[in-house]
Amino acid sequence: MKRFDYLKAASIREAVSALAGDPKARMIAGGTNLVDLMKYDVEAPGLLVDINGLDLKRIEETETGYRIGALVTNSDLAYHPGVVRRFPLLASAILAGASPQLRNAATTGGNINQRTRCYYFYDPATRCNKRQPGSGCDAIGGVTRIHAILGASEACIATHPSDMCVALAALDAVVEVEGPEGRRDIAFLDYHRLPGDTPERDNTLRHGEIVTAIRLEGEAAARHHTYLKLRDRLSYAFALVSAAVDLKIENGKISRARVALGGVAHKPWRDLDAEGMLVGREPSAEATDAFAARLLAGAKGQGGNDFKITLAERVIRRALRQAAAGTPQIQHEKAIA
Amino acid sequence: MLTNERRQVGRAMPRIDAPLKVTGRAAYAAEHSEPDMLHGAAVSATIARGRILEIDSRAAKAAFPGIAAIYTHENRPNAAWLDRSWQDETAPPGHTYRPLQNDRVLFDGQPVAFVVADSFENARDAAAMITVRYEVETPETDLTTKLAERYVPPKKRSGISPPPDPRGQPEEAFKEAHFRISGDYLIENEHHNPMELFATTVLYGADGVLAIHDKTQGSQNVQKFVCNVFSLSQDKVNVINAYVGGAFGSGLRPRHQLFFAVMASLDLKRSVKFEIARSDMFYLSYRPAMYQTVSLGADAQGRLTAVLHDTVQVTSRYEDYQEVVVNWSGLAYRCDNVALTYALTKLDAATPGDMRAPGAASGLFALESAMDELSYEVGIDPLELRRRNFVHFDQNENKQLTSKALRACYREGAARFGWERRQAKPRSMHEGHELIGWGMATGIWEAQLQSAKARVRMSANGQVIVQAAASDIGTGTYTILAQIAAEALDVPAEDVSVQIGQSDLPETSVEGGSWTAASSGSAVDAACLAIRQRLLDMAQKDDASPLKDATVEEVVIRDGHLRLDTDPRAGVAISELMARAGETAIEEEGKAGPDAKQMKSFASYTHSAVFVEVRVDEELGLARVTRVVSAVAAGRILNPKTARSQILGGVVMGLGMALHEESMIDHRSGRIMNHNLAEYHVPAHADIQDIDVHFVQEFDDKASPIGVKGLGEIGVCGVAAAVANAIFHATGKRIRHLPITIDKILGETVGKAA
Repeated sequence: MKRFDYLKAASIREAVSALAGDPKARMIAGGTNLVDLMKYDVEAPGLLVDINGLDLKRIEETETGYRIGALVTNSDLAYHPGVVRRFPLLASAILAGASPQLRNAATTGGNINQRTRCYYFYDPATRCNKRQPGSGCDAIGGVTRIHAILGASEACIATHPSDMCVALAALDAVVEVEGPEGRRDIAFLDYHRLPGDTPERDNTLRHGEIVTAIRLEGEAAARHHTYLKLRDRLSYAFALVSAAVDLKIENGKISRARVALGGVAHKPWRDLDAEGMLVGREPSAEATDAFAARLLAGAKGQGGNDFKITLAERVIRRALRQAAAGTPQIQHEKAIA
Repeated sequence: MLTNERRQVGRAMPRIDAPLKVTGRAAYAAEHSEPDMLHGAAVSATIARGRILEIDSRAAKAAFPGIAAIYTHENRPNAAWLDRSWQDETAPPGHTYRPLQNDRVLFDGQPVAFVVADSFENARDAAAMITVRYEVETPETDLTTKLAERYVPPKKRSGISPPPDPRGQPEEAFKEAHFRISGDYLIENEHHNPMELFATTVLYGADGVLAIHDKTQGSQNVQKFVCNVFSLSQDKVNVINAYVGGAFGSGLRPRHQLFFAVMASLDLKRSVKFEIARSDMFYLSYRPAMYQTVSLGADAQGRLTAVLHDTVQVTSRYEDYQEVVVNWSGLAYRCDNVALTYALTKLDAATPGDMRAPGAASGLFALESAMDELSYEVGIDPLELRRRNFVHFDQNENKQLTSKALRACYREGAARFGWERRQAKPRSMHEGHELIGWGMATGIWEAQLQSAKARVRMSANGQVIVQAAASDIGTGTYTILAQIAAEALDVPAEDVSVQIGQSDLPETSVEGGSWTAASSGSAVDAACLAIRQRLLDMAQKDDASPLKDATVEEVVIRDGHLRLDTDPRAGVAISELMARAGETAIEEEGKAGPDAKQMKSFASYTHSAVFVEVRVDEELGLARVTRVVSAVAAGRILNPKTARSQILGGVVMGLGMALHEESMIDHRSGRIMNHNLAEYHVPAHADIQDIDVHFVQEFDDKASPIGVKGLGEIGVCGVAAAVANAIFHATGKRIRHLPITIDKILGETVGKAA
């Protein structure tokens, strides 16, 4: 671990200006990811800007939904009665991730800004374009069990590890950010990015910007939803493949389908065109098969993760069945519904 | 006779060290401190094979004035030269790895520099600033590409039996068999991952005596190693391992943190502490990957007519690590035509190490999977197939068995599991989305007795102290030794003080191989017998004593009195005997060890029958183990509570082996990519459901003087096969490559290892 300076920010403005003023500054909130990365010498911030003192810990009810402060812990969000009632998909996805201890410490803003779990990113002895831009990618051709099947590039095949973000993607959440040039909103689907040839950038935050809140708006499925996660043990492991599904079903037909995949790409993966194929159709096997085929049409394995293409197809089908039947996966039930 | 209420042995007594452990007062190796002590940190190699060209520590030295020393191969203080000085009592043949010996890198993660500084943080951060330049050579770390380079180890490892010579006409018998099956099995490296990291604290005494708190399974093994390597006399070296946070075999051999801490302490004449990082644990020891082939032939009734079992197992370039993998296939079942081979192949990796049921856990996966396959071929129940092939002696060595209550394990285990309700046909049981599979396997482990001594001191007021250099690696040794002494001397076990885990206490072998309860337990029992003899001698000095004509077998200690067993009214108070002799306490030593004469005609094993229920969501490739029954025959059970915990732990480890655990190696670099507990998956709570541990009655008066056979390993034996067999029963898919992860269940491969 490299030595660093520490600043306890007293205001958003102070945090922003500290971050904007020092390219080696990093924000710390729950610290559940950053501290590990610092111990492994993957991250070596010159300045840690502690934002835990900021007033970003509230979940506010808005006219159309909720505004979730960036410092709301994953546990508080997952068990918030209003969120559980109106956005049960989000609560479920959070409970599918990490452990109770981690969820008690991890924050909303930290969750969306967590970094990939790619083995090579974590190992400074290897080449990694995300860790050290331009150095190369040792993951390609290496151990690729947890790597991307969609949207990868020659420079990076890492995946985004969050469960919560998969639900936020399906729910069309909005990310509120504040930076040197003021506040702005980023649609959740635009927040994370594909690696391209700049995999060091996980998201579209501009220099000096910090996430202040996540907004959930509009109507979400109360019954026809699910978060289905497949992993290498039944708890406390990152997704091999997961799916967040939010369906609106009217008169037996799908009138809106929102499906996001986790564990398969550099960002939660949605395909709005493919979702359009489901609209107006009954949630039949034919419809879901065609949808899965379309969603995965561009999928490409890296060898060790080829199975994830088959697994993803089956997870999509099962998750759609669960959502259509109104029998969402219950995270503490280990049998899959 | 002792009434049941007074029995201490056989009682489910909670661990006597539990309050210390749960309140944090039990100090582990890294938890001993002194003001102004030094802290170490290692720089680990990031290549698996090559040479060190340059180590640059200038930046580290400039940044951290608190650095006391940086050691590399260029300035390492002298240590022993001869291989035998580096070989501890469990070492395999070869050239033991010596830290910082030269510029060669033999395995990834090898320490190439050692920093000693005034704080842990400074040492760690300075180590991170040291840069190493290598000449990289292409490593070979993939077993499957090195099968052709197999060789039979020229020198056997002490305590490990090579395969027996072939018997009968195995090849011919296999060709002519009515039923034949054959399969290849692949197991990946697995890691011990005990909770406690390897750590050593060396407290440098004013008189130059070292007090070494080490994470080890044998304080005296470590003491001898330190004395040999650093040319010290034993009175200058005390090794303490009072509490050990799990080890599973990884703590049998002295590890490099010990060498470094002692080296620095002697060189700097200061106290030094060194605890290695979790990621480095993965490079120190592991259950080796191996490739096995098993062929079974049977007659029309399913009786085995041929058993062929071949293994190629990973070892390092520098040592021939060996374990007993195939021999089990020659003694588990009755068969007159048997051929077993065991070969090694060298990789650019650290030497593997003993990991819970070394050899048996791996070998039985192949044998018991093959037996399951044969049962379908023959068309009989897998349990019935095993019964038909029951053998009551050790055919490998042509010896009688001291006991074998395996039939009771089969019967009682099956009854508890409800095995009779099993539908024979694969894919015939299901519930909801899930296919249900029931599988079983036999477990075997050797019941060994190793030389052990113990000292027991009984005071006139009834206080009892037990002392031995035995180790408690979390298994309950403290507790069972207290129980044994308490019963023999008729005091409450809570009044017995047990002092173990120190090299200056009576001589004891390393804690391993499931032999500690039998060995140290028997030594304590023998010491108590010697106390009774001394008391009887004292009593018989009085001509009027009611015990005048009694022998030691005829007297017992009850309520602070020495009494006649047949007439408890006749007796004399121990306090009175001691007072008369002018003693305030009696101290005696007892010992136990293998009986060479008996071993000529008897072999001794523990046995188990493991029954497993899996539920497989076939569409998603997900297998869950929902029920396990482990029925164990292990002689006398000293403490049902700690015994059950041992078996539970073994079963959980077996489930990890079956479904989750493997090191994922990038064979281009030879580096283990999942060297942390996030990506190396051990079972989480959610993976563990109902485990029913059952001990069957087994009387054995030969396995050890106290009738105990040991429980450390048997719990894991057979579990992986039982899971694989249950998955076959559920899905019709025979998976011969561990761990059985989602991709393997989704895969179409049937019939060969893949």
